Amino acid sequence: MTEILVLVDHADGAVRKTTTELLTIARRAGEPSAVFLGSGYEAAKETLSAFGAEKVYVADAPELDDYLVAPKAEVLAQIAANVNPAAVLIASNPDGKEIAARLAVKLESGIITDAVDVGADLTTTQSAFAASYSVTARVTHGTPVITVKPNSATPEQAATTPVEEKVAASVSDTSKAARIVSRSAREATGRPELTEAAIVVSGGRGTGGNFAPVEALADALGGAVGASRAAVDSGWYPHSHQVGQTGQTVSPQLYIAAGISGAIQHRAGMQTSKTIVAVDKDPEAPIFSMVDFGVVGDLHTILPQATEEILKRKG
Amino acid sequence: MKIIALVKHVPDAAADRTFNDADNTTDRVGVDGILSELDEYAVEAALKIAESGDAEVIAVTMGPEGAVDAVKRALQMGAHSGVHIVDDALHGSDALATSRVLATAIEKVGDVDLVLSGMASTDGGMSVVPAMVAERLGLAHVGFVGELTLNGATVTARRDADVTETVEASLPAVVSVTDQINEPRYPSFKGIMAAKKKPVETWSLADLGIESEAVGLSAAWSVVDAIDQRPERTQGEIVTDEGDGGVKLAEYLASQKFV
Repeated sequence: MTEILVLVDHADGAVRKTTTELLTIARRAGEPSAVFLGSGYEAAKETLSAFGAEKVYVADAPELDDYLVAPKAEVLAQIAANVNPAAVLIASNPDGKEIAARLAVKLESGIITDAVDVGADLTTTQSAFAASYSVTARVTHGTPVITVKPNSATPEQAATTPVEEKVAASVSDTSKAARIVSRSAREATGRPELTEAAIVVSGGRGTGGNFAPVEALADALGGAVGASRAAVDSGWYPHSHQVGQTGQTVSPQLYIAAGISGAIQHRAGMQTSKTIVAVDKDPEAPIFSMVDFGVVGDLHTILPQATEEILKRKG
Repeated sequence: MKIIALVKHVPDAAADRTFNDADNTTDRVGVDGILSELDEYAVEAALKIAESGDAEVIAVTMGPEGAVDAVKRALQMGAHSGVHIVDDALHGSDALATSRVLATAIEKVGDVDLVLSGMASTDGGMSVVPAMVAERLGLAHVGFVGELTLNGATVTARRDADVTETVEASLPAVVSVTDQINEPRYPSFKGIMAAKKKPVETWSLADLGIESEAVGLSAAWSVVDAIDQRPERTQGEIVTDEGDGGVKLAEYLASQKFV
């Protein structure tokens, strides 16, 4: 079996769910080797072994955290050049995509981004043009560099005792050209992260700026909160929660759009959701054309009633 | 200073976007094209810098004949000149080849202080070309920038990526911006008239010293095996709220095991 490198996405050793998804996918195509870059490895160990990493390459270099991702791409390229894996899998988020981009150039290898599925033969599936097409593709040159969207696989546990290999990080001055001066902590809302959540409840213009009913329904369902561009542009919700072509793309099991008419840019960001539900005053809103279930009416009364009913059913 | 705005001509998302049956590439000829919405923010950011100081803004695109329209739109907004890289051999180029062509063009322009682009194109949407260009040129790339200031030879940026970060990079650098950075201007009549007199250079692969075998579909390092149109989502049940809309919604969610 050949090695598949999985870049660990983590914050100070707290491993994100995307990584356990990637380890699960990697097992289909070979033996998963995790690559841990940055500080906090001790905290990450348990998760990596629980989800099947046969090997872990560790570059525990705190300085990797002081710059944007170019140094990480450099160290990952050094590891990949030594290991010569069958593929490198990276989470499809802003940092992950940049690492993948630089890696593909350094390794002179083909790249595929935003895969929603990766087969045992490393053939990928992607969504194109606002999810109106499904594209099957594969890398034909070098070491396939593939970024995979969150929720592309259900993480499956497979306990291992990974072999650890320390890697000395050698980082060039060129890759240190962009220095991080300050970093704000992730907001602690107690909710799952938007791009990883199984359930997302989003609010739009129809909220009139009051996101309380949206948040309450999300909390009752254990979901994340999203927002349309109109809501974000109005300053009602942070940009980090924007769902759509110019924000985050989400692909949850359940997407509830509240007070969102469903412009094509928004649909591009949520169209691959498994089940879509909408609540909107306007029966002609384009969002209704793609829902599994829709309620025409005022979200300010419908959402609280639904929340109450859900909490009642949950006892 | 010299600023390059990388712009892309993309199929209009409001029209029916499709692929060429023959080779599975994006159909760029049979559909209406526009300047990628996300690149308008980059052009605007470049113009703002030019207006607050002394900078020349050059809009650069790579694409078939019609792609020059993306450059023209940037000129109408206020960019000073344009470069259109066009060559039959470029058809079907992957991101790696595209970044190589663009990086070579940036070197050919020469003495460039800042390269600006949108955070992604609105067609392929890979988000990798700006970082690849930076990698090839040995420059810093600051992506997903929502706020940008220049202080002499340093750029300070607020990034709205996974977390909000403030980043400093020395020029020259590549910066890709989000839709939070500004409100792109609409070309004025004066701007549209002025654009007609602005120079647009047309460069071929030979002008860039790139061999045609190194680009295009046959040189792409990934291949599309199949493209399937997804069945349109069919409309499910729609109910009108008559005082029990919330209960019905909860019942539906329970029936689908979400509760």
